[in-house]
Amino acid sequence: MNPLARIGQVVLALLAEIGRLTLFLRDALIIGLLPRWYPRQMLIQLMRMGYHSLPVIGLTAFFTGGVLALQIYIGSSRFNAENLVSSIVALGITRELGPVLAALMMAGRVSAAIAAEIGTMRVTEQIDALTTLSVHPMKYLVAPRIVAGVVALPLLVLVADIIGILGGYVVGTRSLGFNAGSYLANTVNFLQWDDVTSGLIKAGVFGFILALMGCYHGFNSRGGAQGVGRATTNAVVSASILILAANYVLTSTLFAK
Amino acid sequence: MTDGKGGQGGKAPGAAEGVATGEGDIHVSVRGLKKSFGPKVVLDGVDLDVKRRSSLVVIGGSGTGKSVLIKCIIGLLRPDAGSIVIDGEETVHLKGRARARLMRKFGMLFQGAALFDSLPVWENVAFGLIHGQGVPRRQAREVAIDRLAQVGMPPEVADLYPAELSGGMQKRVGLARAIATRPEIILFDEPTTGLDPIMAAVIDELIVKTVKEVGATAITITHDMQSVRRIADEVAMIYKGRIIWHGPISQLDNSGNPYVDQFIHGRADGPIKMQVRG
Ligand SMILES: Nc1ncnc2c1ncn2[C@@H]1O[C@H](COP(=O)(O)OP(=O)(O)O)[C@@H](O)[C@H]1O
Ligand SMILES: [Mg+2]
Repeated sequence: MNPLARIGQVVLALLAEIGRLTLFLRDALIIGLLPRWYPRQMLIQLMRMGYHSLPVIGLTAFFTGGVLALQIYIGSSRFNAENLVSSIVALGITRELGPVLAALMMAGRVSAAIAAEIGTMRVTEQIDALTTLSVHPMKYLVAPRIVAGVVALPLLVLVADIIGILGGYVVGTRSLGFNAGSYLANTVNFLQWDDVTSGLIKAGVFGFILALMGCYHGFNSRGGAQGVGRATTNAVVSASILILAANYVLTSTLFAK
Repeated sequence: MTDGKGGQGGKAPGAAEGVATGEGDIHVSVRGLKKSFGPKVVLDGVDLDVKRRSSLVVIGGSGTGKSVLIKCIIGLLRPDAGSIVIDGEETVHLKGRARARLMRKFGMLFQGAALFDSLPVWENVAFGLIHGQGVPRRQAREVAIDRLAQVGMPPEVADLYPAELSGGMQKRVGLARAIATRPEIILFDEPTTGLDPIMAAVIDELIVKTVKEVGATAITITHDMQSVRRIADEVAMIYKGRIIWHGPISQLDNSGNPYVDQFIHGRADGPIKMQVRG
């Protein structure tokens, strides 16, 4: 095939996908956020995404905080600046690694689960059944998940921040020989509100992205079990990439002063 | 069955808006309905009238667009062209609130039952009441158990999940869900496909009984000829995107239409050629 035609095809397919996603987003926001609301559904989703993800998030954060302390210790000892370890661990966790790693873990957990569930509902006509029972799927399925994503992620990241810093503290005091009191004092004195809030704002955006991707790919799945599998993979991949891209854009425009 | 004037049984929600009696007793009127998916033409000018409180069965081979036809009628699919008049009101362009209001007139039993597998049986049946009409959960549960009894299921199944039920039981629950809100028009998409002959007969009987009790107009899709004879007042056959024959059940055996004859006798040769692509 003519290589130009091939490029054209890919570009057109990409544009069509962006168009579909934009329409879906518009429906999700306009139809989904207007009443009627389904608070029960939202609570169920909040439990699933938030509470049931705590173990995963906690473990991720703990090990990340610990390894960060080890690595920064190696780097800072080359400049005789070991006392910076606690501050840089806190900064790295709250501004960057807490939100990004939590969001990526959640993309694997939550986006996939949402896409599989909604995708199955699509191919078994459960979504059509909702419509015939006068319940709008955007309101009943999509809106509660997106709201739960936006609420749950910042809460999870707050937990991740605390556990991540704790992980650094444990490694710092147990194996790097820091004094417990001064390690903590350095963390608290150095950390600014901005560091924490910028991470939480990012987390809200990431939560929105990963719930949206799960819903969008699930909703558009076609063709039986195979289609649901494809939707699940696409949801995780697209959520992860969009999260990393959004992270850069947010950091460079809002939080890099 | 034929008296269409006046009474809606006083039960059907949405009946209050006043039914256009000027249209005679035609409840659903389809004209020139067209629907394609990409290059594939599925419906190519369907004309069909359904009499109020009658039971119409649409027959036709697999992949001839029967499901697409009823999904257009209920508003799950938007036709490319044509008109669908329900109670004297043109409906193809309806959106938002008006579409939601129209949807309350309908109940549908899906081909695979399409029960919500995250919810127990009673909540499936009560779903339209709780979420569509705002009936309190406790009260809706009682109605659900009542509807389950109507389709011959004991109250114990109310708390089971759909995955715990056999195919025939799932269809019954789907039927209970479809009639829960007392719709005026009920659509059945292959209600007996995949069931054993006894369960099929049970489902057919339930359909006839419940449709009568609710006082609804019924449109059923099937290719099970035994079902057709049990359910139908009228039969329409769809072929190549059009209705090629429509008449009362009494004339089905001497329709004089070679396509209908081939279909109802299940002959391999005749004017209908098998399509490989669905
Ligand atoms: N949403 C859709 N997208 C693309 N093609 C569809 C869709 N729904 C149905 N079709 C096609 O329309 C044709 C008729 O389908 P259908 O109405 O389900 O047949 P049946 O008469 O067996 O119910 C089939 O070829 C099917 O592949
Ligand atoms: Mg079908």
